[in-house]
Amino acid sequence: MAEVRLESVTKRFGDVVAVDGIDLTVADGEFVVLLGPTGAGKTTTLRLIAGLESPNVGRVFLNGRDAARLSPAERDVAFVFQQYSLYPHLSVFENLAFPLRSPARRLDEATIKATVERVAAMLRIEQKLQNRATRLSGGEMQRVAIGRALVRSPSIYLMDEPLSSLDAKLRSDMRLELQHIQRDLGATMLYVTHDQIEAMTMATRIGVLDRGRLVQIGTPREIYESPRNIYVATRLGMPSINLLPTEALAGLPLPPGVTTVGARTEHVVVERESGGQSGQVAARVEWIEHLGDQNHLHLALGEHRLVTLVNPDMRLAVGDELGLSLRSPLYFDAAGERIAA
Amino acid sequence: MSGASTTAHSVVEPSGTSKRIAGFLVILYAVVSMIPLAWIFATGWKTPPDSISYPPKVVFEPSLEGYCNLFTTRTRQTAAYIEELGPPQGECDEVTRRREMVIAGSSNYVPRFINSLVIAFGSTFLAVSLGVFSAYAFSRFKIPLADDLLFFILSTRMMPPIAVAIPIYLMYRELGLSDSALGMILLYTAVNVSLAVWLLKGFIDEIPREYEEAAMIDGYTRLHAFFKVVLPQAATGIAATAIFCMIFAWNEYAFAVLLTSGQAQTAPPFIPTIIGEGGMDWPAVGAGTTLFLIPIVVFTVLLRKHLLRGITFGAVRK
Repeated sequence: MAEVRLESVTKRFGDVVAVDGIDLTVADGEFVVLLGPTGAGKTTTLRLIAGLESPNVGRVFLNGRDAARLSPAERDVAFVFQQYSLYPHLSVFENLAFPLRSPARRLDEATIKATVERVAAMLRIEQKLQNRATRLSGGEMQRVAIGRALVRSPSIYLMDEPLSSLDAKLRSDMRLELQHIQRDLGATMLYVTHDQIEAMTMATRIGVLDRGRLVQIGTPREIYESPRNIYVATRLGMPSINLLPTEALAGLPLPPGVTTVGARTEHVVVERESGGQSGQVAARVEWIEHLGDQNHLHLALGEHRLVTLVNPDMRLAVGDELGLSLRSPLYFDAAGERIAA
Repeated sequence: MSGASTTAHSVVEPSGTSKRIAGFLVILYAVVSMIPLAWIFATGWKTPPDSISYPPKVVFEPSLEGYCNLFTTRTRQTAAYIEELGPPQGECDEVTRRREMVIAGSSNYVPRFINSLVIAFGSTFLAVSLGVFSAYAFSRFKIPLADDLLFFILSTRMMPPIAVAIPIYLMYRELGLSDSALGMILLYTAVNVSLAVWLLKGFIDEIPREYEEAAMIDGYTRLHAFFKVVLPQAATGIAATAIFCMIFAWNEYAFAVLLTSGQAQTAPPFIPTIIGEGGMDWPAVGAGTTLFLIPIVVFTVLLRKHLLRGITFGAVRK
């Protein structure tokens, strides 16, 4: 296991800047998740570390060593591709053994067998070892793909949305498994996703990417509670953060310079008695979605909309007039940067 | 299941009638294309008089004469001389003596057949190997002017190869490649390699790059990854390409006539030169052609299972 460091790395494909001056250090044993929408440069970052792409500017250090001249094989990284990339002509066993049979390693057959069986047991695919890789369910393929990384002890595991193709149930199972595995192996991981739940639950630190730039990096709590700007704030939170212009909140005390208020569900307080009171704005119930344990409440503040969660006990109906107040919400200036309250 | 008693087939499946019509058309086509082959096969088992009788004989008494004549050369002898020879040695001796001839030696059919095998397999192997490497390069690397190069490669097939027969004939004479197996292998390779590059590029394009990338991260060099990952998955394409190259090289006639006459002559120009008593020895030609078909049929049947697409697809989520 080892440390990976990117120093102002930039990668362009023609006119497109995929990765724009990223500085990032993944410490030994850390689980860093890169979060961002499609095209934010997440995958390219992984490929730069793996040596599948070389940066136009900047340097990649593996274990303190400049990796510029190292081929992918020499970098000692393991990569789980978004497409599982299992070799269809090989059995599951051979797929898992493939990295161990490489000319760079040349392990003896007994070691290979033992390693593959250990990893297969860890991923609970030991009864599928003789199957062809194509004769597996999506979840099993995904386990094999992850297993192919786990048979080695590389300096870093790079995972590119490995759970994106699984159904919700399997995904949450695998999420837990990956966390256990990472903890048990003490592995260094750089994990790419656009799923905020994966990021929140697994990461030691989350790095938020926007159009190739690393906007903010920090613990899940930091990213959630103190986002640097509106973009980061909208990455996390379910339902997503409500962005309200100050004019919609006339009557509420706001710090100077604020143009947008970001209100997450936990910042929003609704009360039955409508308006009039100081520190409250009038809101009307537009729609209610019943989720069972909670209700999604769609509110109208004049011409603005707001979504929050409420306890079903509140027994609200469409058209009800409510009084709304905010409890330490996030404030943003005209450029979208956050202003400390 | 409810409704199991009603019709079972789905809307996308053709109805029984259209299946029967399709089946009938396929069988009709197969029969029509098989007639010449069947006739050649039958001719091989006829006697020379039966083979040229009019109206043509469909029912006849099979004879080994065609096969005997194919493998032997014979000389005419007097009845008295044949009498002195004692009892005939085997079937072929007997049918030959019935025509007042004796077997003088073996014909050139076997060496010509071997030439065909060497040249066809050699050129197929070369064309497919060169093709798969170039196709991989075109598919994976940024090659300057790649499209123009590919067009240039294909353009060698835009005229019939025989159009350049005279220059090739002159070049080969100067280079000492005339009537040599090496010359024929190079020639057929040159003709087939463009087909091989284009066909194989299509197949290799379909193999996701992630496979090689995964292998390269796992400690393999690009060359290793090529052999371990790309080649096995290109098996379908390689088999298809090999069959096409093989069929061309095996059946090629015009260059073979022009460039080979002795040592390196292949079977196609040799078979029609089998002349018997008073004209073409049709049963021997029929026998030679029948035997000539066997290797290509075996080759195609052996590779046929690789032609079934789909076995290699599905492990990469698109």
